[in-house]
Amino acid sequence: MKINITINGEARVDDVEPRTLLVHYIRETRRLTGTHIGCDTSQCGACTVLVDGLAVKSCSLFAVQADGSIIQTIEGVASDDSLHPVQEAFWLEHGLQCGYCTPGMVITLMQVLERNPSPSEAEVRRGIAGNLCRCTGYQNIIAAAMRAAGSSKGGNQ
Amino acid sequence: MIPAAFEYHAPKTLRQAISTLRKYDGEARVLAGGMSLVPMMKLRLANLAAVVDLGRIKGLSFIQEVNGGLSIGPMTTHYDIESSEVVQRISPILAEAAALVGDVQVRNRGTIGGSVAHADPAADLPAALLVLHAKFSIAGSARRRIVRADRMFVDAYTSALEEGEVIAGVHVPAMPPRTGWSYKKLANRASRFAIVGIATQVTTDEQGVCTRARVAITGAGPAPTRARTIERYLTGKKLTPLNITKSATRAIAGIEFLGDVHGSPEYRKHLTMELTKQALTEASERIR
Repeated sequence: MKINITINGEARVDDVEPRTLLVHYIRETRRLTGTHIGCDTSQCGACTVLVDGLAVKSCSLFAVQADGSIIQTIEGVASDDSLHPVQEAFWLEHGLQCGYCTPGMVITLMQVLERNPSPSEAEVRRGIAGNLCRCTGYQNIIAAAMRAAGSSKGGNQ
Repeated sequence: MIPAAFEYHAPKTLRQAISTLRKYDGEARVLAGGMSLVPMMKLRLANLAAVVDLGRIKGLSFIQEVNGGLSIGPMTTHYDIESSEVVQRISPILAEAAALVGDVQVRNRGTIGGSVAHADPAADLPAALLVLHAKFSIAGSARRRIVRADRMFVDAYTSALEEGEVIAGVHVPAMPPRTGWSYKKLANRASRFAIVGIATQVTTDEQGVCTRARVAITGAGPAPTRARTIERYLTGKKLTPLNITKSATRAIAGIEFLGDVHGSPEYRKHLTMELTKQALTEASERIR
C-alpha cells in the first residue's frame, strides 16, 4: 500500500505492507533509529513519537493508519543549533543513565508540558506513566521535567 | 513482533465498513484506536483475514450536549473525554474514569467505542457507563438498535455486538440534582488496567436520604457488572459512614471473582470492599 507520511518536515511516499508497524516504518524504511523499541508489548513508551501533535506509541499503530499525517520523532526535536528545552533539561539534570528510554521520555514530556506548562511533580509522574526507565533513573528524569517546566521544585540545582 | 498478514480496509462511511465486515463473515475486525487490537495482533492472539479501520470515516468523533445528557461519537478518544469541559460538567464520572485509562499515549488514541466493543473485563469506561445508565446505538445491516449498558458487557472480551455490527454512538442521560460520583481503582502497574475498579453515582433527597445508588465493579470478574445488592441496601438510607461501611461488605455478594497472577479471588474481594467504601465516601462528599 502506498502511504504518504511527513516526518520531521520531510514528506515521502513509500510502499508498505498493511502489517508494517509505524515504528518499523520509521526505523527501517525512513532510517530514523532514534525512535527505540524497548518492549514490543506497548508498555515501555521508548517508541513514542508525535503523530499530528499527539504522543503515541509507534509500535501500537500500523504505518497505514498514519497515512497523510505529520510525524515528529526525536531527530526533529532540536533546531539546528540548539536543543529543545526538554532535551536541554535532561542534559543539565543528567536525566538518563543508559539513554535507551530517553527519546520516548522527551517526546512524552513535550506533550505533557504543552498541555500543562507548570505541572506538579505528581502530575509529571502521572504524565510519564507510559514510559519505563529500566535503569530506574526516575529521580533525575523528574528533575529534568521540572526544570524544563521552569520550576525548581524537585530539581537539584 | 510482527502481526500475521491481513487485508487492510479504510472505508469512508459506516455503511461501507459494515458491508466490508459482512463480506469477511467473522474473519475481520473493526480497528478503532487499536490500543488493544494491535497488541493482540502482534502477539498473534488475534489472527484476522482483514482489518476495517474506522479512522478515515468523518463524523465519528464528537461530544454533544443533548437534553442535558451527552451524545458521544464512538471514535472519541479518552483524552478528548477527560479534557472535555462538557463531559466534566454533565458526566464527571466519565471524565474521571477516562483520565485513569492507560497512559497519555494510550488515551491519545484509545476510543470510547473501542473500549466498549472490546469489552475487556478490567476496562475503566464500562464501569462508568454502567452507573451512568448509558445506551449504545448500534449500526448493522438492518435498522439501528439500542443496547443498554447493563446488557452490553456479556463476558470477558464479549460484548452484545453481533458480527457485522459497529457502535455508532454512546448516549448518556443527564445526571439528577443532588448526585455525587466517584471512580476508584487499584491499577496494575504495567498495564494500568484495573485489578479492581469501582464506579459509583449516588443521589439523595433534600433530607440526605439516598434515593438512588448505582455501583459498578470492573476487573474483579469476567465482565464489568453492577453491584445491585449494595444499590438496594443503600436506597432509602442516609449515606452515613456506618451505612457506607455496612454496604461495602455487601459489595461482594453475587459477584464472581477471578484469580490470576495479579491477585487471588480473596484479594480482589478485599479490594472490592475497600474501594467501594472509598468510592461511596467520596461520592457522598461530592453531592451537590
